[in-house]
Amino acid sequence: MKAGVIVFPGSNCDRDVAVALEAISGQAPTMVWHADSQLPDLDLIVLPGGFSYGDYLRCGAMSAKSPIMREVINRANEGVAVLGICNGFQVLTEAGLLPGALMRNRDLNFICRDVLLRVEDCASRFTLNYEDEQTIRIPIAHHDGNYFADADTLARIEGEGQVLFRYVDEDGQPTPKANPNGSLNNIAGIVNENGNVLGMMPHPERMIEDALGGCDGRPMFESLMETLSER
Amino acid sequence: MQVRVTVRLKSGVLDPQGKAVETALHTLGMTDINHVRQGKIFEFDVDATSADQARAEAEKAAQALLANLVIEDFQTEVLGS
Repeated sequence: MKAGVIVFPGSNCDRDVAVALEAISGQAPTMVWHADSQLPDLDLIVLPGGFSYGDYLRCGAMSAKSPIMREVINRANEGVAVLGICNGFQVLTEAGLLPGALMRNRDLNFICRDVLLRVEDCASRFTLNYEDEQTIRIPIAHHDGNYFADADTLARIEGEGQVLFRYVDEDGQPTPKANPNGSLNNIAGIVNENGNVLGMMPHPERMIEDALGGCDGRPMFESLMETLSER
Repeated sequence: MQVRVTVRLKSGVLDPQGKAVETALHTLGMTDINHVRQGKIFEFDVDATSADQARAEAEKAAQALLANLVIEDFQTEVLGS
């Protein structure tokens, strides 16, 4: 699996995700600076977490207009897998690759803790190695993860099964109490219509070995590796 | 030509920051102030020969970058030359 990680000024999870990708695939990803305009041949493009451009204007808004993003959008439209984590999710919505927007958390707090997620669809290339409706524990660390979309968009993404992860309680239920940030329908991660672009606020790259507190993020990278290595 | 673009959250979109500001104002005793909404103002100069041209350029900037039309609306004003 040939992976590339886009590095924006202010990205701070680029190396974490590079470590995760190399640990699981055995191949170090290519690190691509945001000001570049060319991408090598890639099976997976990762937009990492962080505070690109200091969250100026709106989180992800400046990065979405970076030179490299034109090429990321082209590749995404060609069907290349794109994974946006946290700030990467914000960039994907600002770039128009995913519907909706990520607003300031309901209670205005920066939240950094583990949350429980329910895997809503284990047929996706990102989730093949999970079980349907499996509950997993993954950390979040964000100030602006409150997913919003207008009613029509929300109905459409729910109807099309584009919600891949939802914040849930210990019983696997998406209750208001289990919702850390006010996201509509407890949405933590969505894919685009074609299923090749995933944006999620939680950080799977921070849960790839027991020394980090758990392994629940590992199956995502293993799913990608198995799907994309067949290409 | 100087232009002002005002960006605000759409009316149906919750504004937790506006709500927090409102609560703080109430704490200061200003309980007659309600429905606070927080927005952004951008002012810039446009090389243009007419107000219409300046406004059109400002609208282009607002749509391309200054506002996120999923959650925000904007207004443009030409302030003068």
